[in-house]
This record gives sequence, structure tokens and C-alpha cells, in this order.
Amino acid sequence: MIGLSHYLIVSAIIFSIGLVGVLRRRNLLMLFFATEVMLNAVNIAFAAISHYYNDLTGQMFAFFIIAIAASEVAVGLGILIVLYKKHGSLDLDDLASMRG
Amino acid sequence: MYEIVAFYLFSALTIGLFLVTVLSKNVLYAMTSLAAAMVLISGFFFILGADFLGVVQLIVYVGAIMALYAFAMMFFDATRDIKEKNTNPALVFLLGGLSALVLVLMFAAPIHSDAITALYPMTEGVGNAQDVGMVLFTKYLVPFEVAALMLLVAMIAGIILAGKKMDDSLTEDMEADDEIMIVKDKK
Repeated sequence: MIGLSHYLIVSAIIFSIGLVGVLRRRNLLMLFFATEVMLNAVNIAFAAISHYYNDLTGQMFAFFIIAIAASEVAVGLGILIVLYKKHGSLDLDDLASMRG
Repeated sequence: MYEIVAFYLFSALTIGLFLVTVLSKNVLYAMTSLAAAMVLISGFFFILGADFLGVVQLIVYVGAIMALYAFAMMFFDATRDIKEKNTNPALVFLLGGLSALVLVLMFAAPIHSDAITALYPMTEGVGNAQDVGMVLFTKYLVPFEVAALMLLVAMIAGIILAGKKMDDSLTEDMEADDEIMIVKDKK
């Protein structure tokens, strides 16, 4: 039978994948994708805990996480477009303009 | 039985697709696999009995967020492969080790959590969507309204950031455009 720990392990694996993406990606758009991966991993964990403890709070948190992800994408993509207009590239190394 | 098969199928496919997202050099492949993995994650929610959350995941994530990414990719060159310089591996290992430690603590936490009682327990004989609605509009009304306000602010910010000078060239270099025009005229 599938237990809570199964879901938590899958969620942890997906979160680690997202973390590896955040650590090794240098392109800002790919960095956004990795962030989405991490947010989805947390949503799985919340829904699983909500199911196994028979509590609705986890699902509520997942809803608010989805709302935050939507607004993050809206603002972030606007900033990406402005950056691309200004620099012609989305690479983090090209955007490091505050080097001391 | 079906639950077990569905769980293992969904988890294997989701992990594989997310690996493609994180490791692919092509933006288009990464975005497509991310969208497919999000559809499969809504499958997890349906298995877990969170029907409304699964529907919201499908509509908001797959429908809205991925469409937003697809539109934003029209501004960038999506066909070209991304060249990336790899970061310092020692730093990656250090941070990975630290996060693994945090994960172990996270797994140890449910062992000590037998005393947890449900704050808003699910009502028997009521559908998931109705149950969610009852809790969302009584206990979580203020966060819900704040989230609505936050989405409004994000929408205005997105419009202002992306819509400014939409008619101008993306390169922001008007002289180069003029040169191209001159070359075209000469031909």
C-alpha cells in the first residue's frame, strides 16, 4: 500500500532535481523552470500530508502556493523581457553588472 | 492496486520529465517537458482525493503559467541551444550536502508527529470542492482576498514591465535598425 512516506520521498526527489537545476543553471529562463519544479514538489508533499492526516490545511497552502507561483511568473517574465531588451541575453554571467 | 500502479507510473514519468527540464539545453524541450510533468502532478492530486486542487493545477499551471512562458519565449530566441558555463563543483557539493541534511531532518519529523490532530478535518459525505470552499471562505477568507490583491498587483506589474515600448525593436538599438533599412533600400 502506498503510504505517506512514498509521497514524501517522491516530493523530496523532485525538490532535489529543482535544487540541482537552480544550482547549475546560468540562464534566467531555465532558473525559472527549476523554481517551478521546486514549487510543484512542495505542492505534492502538502497534498499528501493533507490526505493522510485527513486535514484540509495542506490543500489550502497548496492553493496559495499556486497563486504565488502565478504572480511570480507574471512579474518575473516582465523583468526577463526588460532585461533581454536591455542586454540581448539572459545569461547570468552577462548580467553581472555590479562587479566590484 | 490501481492506486499503486498509478503512483509508480506517475512518479517515474514526473521525475524523468523534470530531469529533462533541468538538464536540457533547449528551452523548447525544457518547457514542453515541464508542462507534461505538471499534467502528471495533477494526477497525483486526483489519486490523493484533492480533486479541486488537481483541477486548479491543470487550469492555472498548465493552462495559464505555461501559456505565459510560451508567449514570453516569443521574445527570446528559443531555437538556439543555451551555452552555459558550469559552476564550481565544490560549491554545488557543499550546498547539495546541506540540503540533504535538511531533507533527512524533514523525513525524521513525521516519526515524532503522531500527536498531530487535524486543524480543519475533512467533512464526511461532502465532496472535496464543497469542503474546500467551506474552509476557504470561512477560515481563510483574509488570505484569499490578499492573494487576489497580490494577483492584481502582479498583473499590473507584468503589463507595465512587458508592455512598455512594445512597438520598438527588441534590440533597443535604433541606429542598427536604420542601417538595416538603408541596406535594404540600396538593394
